[in-house]
Amino acid sequence: HSVGAGLCAAGMIAIVPGYISRSVAGSYDNEGIAIFCMLFTYYLWIKSVKTGNIYWSALCAVAYFYMVSSWGGYVFLINMIPLHVLVLMICGRFSHRVYVAYCTVYTLGTLLSMQISFVGFQPVQTSEHMLALGVFGLCQIYAFVEYLRANMTPEYFNILFKSLVIIISSIIAVGLGVLTLSGKVAPWTGRFYSLLDPSYAKNNIPIIASVSEHQPTSWSSFYFDLQILTFLFPAGLYYCFSKLTDHNIFIILYGVFAVYFAGVMVRLMLVLAPVMCILSGIAVSSSLSTYMKYLDGSGSQTKAASKQGKGRQDTNSTQQREGTAYLFVVLMTFFLVTYTTHCIWVTSEAYSSPSIVLSARSHDGGRIIFDDFREAYWWLRENTPEDAKVMSWWDYGYQITAMANRTVIVDNNTWNNTHISRVGQAMASTEDKAYEIMRELDVDYVLVIFGGLTGYSSDDINKFLWMVRIGGSTPEGEHIKEKDYYTPSGEFRVDGEGSSTLLNCLMYKMCYYRFGQVYTETGKPPGYDRVRNVVIGNKDFELDVLEEAYTSEHWIVRIYKVKDLPNRGTR
Amino acid sequence: MSTSSVKTVVNKFLDEYTNNTPKKLKIIDAYLTYIFITGVIQFVYCCLVGTFPFNAFLSGFISCVASFILGVCLRLQVNPANKSEFSGISPERGFADFIFAHVILHLIVVNFLG
Repeated sequence: HSVGAGLCAAGMIAIVPGYISRSVAGSYDNEGIAIFCMLFTYYLWIKSVKTGNIYWSALCAVAYFYMVSSWGGYVFLINMIPLHVLVLMICGRFSHRVYVAYCTVYTLGTLLSMQISFVGFQPVQTSEHMLALGVFGLCQIYAFVEYLRANMTPEYFNILFKSLVIIISSIIAVGLGVLTLSGKVAPWTGRFYSLLDPSYAKNNIPIIASVSEHQPTSWSSFYFDLQILTFLFPAGLYYCFSKLTDHNIFIILYGVFAVYFAGVMVRLMLVLAPVMCILSGIAVSSSLSTYMKYLDGSGSQTKAASKQGKGRQDTNSTQQREGTAYLFVVLMTFFLVTYTTHCIWVTSEAYSSPSIVLSARSHDGGRIIFDDFREAYWWLRENTPEDAKVMSWWDYGYQITAMANRTVIVDNNTWNNTHISRVGQAMASTEDKAYEIMRELDVDYVLVIFGGLTGYSSDDINKFLWMVRIGGSTPEGEHIKEKDYYTPSGEFRVDGEGSSTLLNCLMYKMCYYRFGQVYTETGKPPGYDRVRNVVIGNKDFELDVLEEAYTSEHWIVRIYKVKDLPNRGTR
Repeated sequence: MSTSSVKTVVNKFLDEYTNNTPKKLKIIDAYLTYIFITGVIQFVYCCLVGTFPFNAFLSGFISCVASFILGVCLRLQVNPANKSEFSGISPERGFADFIFAHVILHLIVVNFLG
């Protein structure tokens, strides 16, 4: 748009929390690179649309390849670019430059993306890529029609046009229909379908729904991540609309769609952050330059006016304009300063602290450090055989693998829904049933996270309902029904009123073993759970198939060893 | 009635084409028709024999399509009637870009053939 806008946007993107949230203390998830690749691809795309050079389009395709190799979110890109072309066609701005740019990018890009084994042949088989293919076909037809129109007189053209249109559209319609119906073109996969229809994941695939990053975004998280950008974003849109060019249309499209998708999934806030910065940068620099003009110009104007002896009215109005200009510049500076402080604060508070060492304030104001995670993982590392297999919920898989150096059954990257569901069934069944599953999975140790002693609220009992849902979502887990774990009145309670299925399942027993004798808070009976704020229902029980191996200092991590089959036939 | 008028239209179009287009463009057009025919042959072959080495089929077919597209792009850039749209790109530059893109294309195709 202009150099000033670019500088502003660059400054903003450097500190926007939405983008920084993907990296903590130097380590980063692949999305950190992916956003760079995405922006690079977009930059090259806009450049190729502007110039119509094959060179830039080829580079754009290579950048797209880089993007595909880093993140699955490239689907957004491959739909954004065709959409842009489509909109340009509808607006009547389709020119040869766009044709050159898009066709080169599409052919080279698709071929390149198929080199990545994860993507494979998807670009010609799945619905997510069909828009790109469709627009490609449309481009050809449109360009061909334009060519004919340029070379013929109107009447001849009309006749030929009509016949061509009929033939071609019938071929396409029949072809598409056959392909979709025969199943050659697969329907939308779950991950992306849930973006279009947010309730799909909740009802059908609990595992996707349970990841907290996939939840819909709340207004407060928008503000938290983006602060002033949320206000500057519409202003930027307005500036883009007022000077419509091909690339402005692209930015507008990108902005609008990114807002929609960020509203569906918190994780996609990341995709929204760069375009917010760009649009805000445009807004800031456009408005500042408009007002700066008054500041510079009014100085010379007053001189000229007084030289020619014009009336006092002119100087008054220019002074007024000068005044508002000053006010506006000061206001803008103030906003930018608050933006910087906010970003710094957010990054230091929310996105910098490691989540593995917790801290809290005790009642006398001193800081208590809960180092239970590392303590327990270290115990696992030192005191278990090297080939021991640990079963826990998948949230802790990476931590256990890295710090305890033991094999886990499921971890954060497990895609196999049935496998995770098996673990869920084990956690949610009674001890005997769970023992069968654990022997089948060849488990040696089981690890649970329990927050009842300290008040740590993201423990496994709070995640338990997700385990039940995921466990019940596959055919082997059909006996696990979520409503069995609620009280008759529909509440999830762990005290005496809780449902008996819940009070006797493996997860409950593992978390609350020996908890019934512990005093947690002054004035309350033993066995008081500080997270759920009730006294637990099933207090004095013994474990049949597990034995307690280790409990960390504040009872946050509890490890149990699976007992071997008994030596003699009966137990 | 309409078929004969379509015929006359097509004939007129062909006449105008042979008379009015410069030689350079005709060479490119000949190249384009050749590529197009190759692509059609590949596609027909695939329909007949089946898609077993799917990646080989895809790479061959898409290389035809891409060469066709690049040829069309070159034609657009070289056509003097389009000078106003592609300001700053001389025919030599267009041709150089065309070669550049082709190098990339063939690298990928060879990799994909498997």
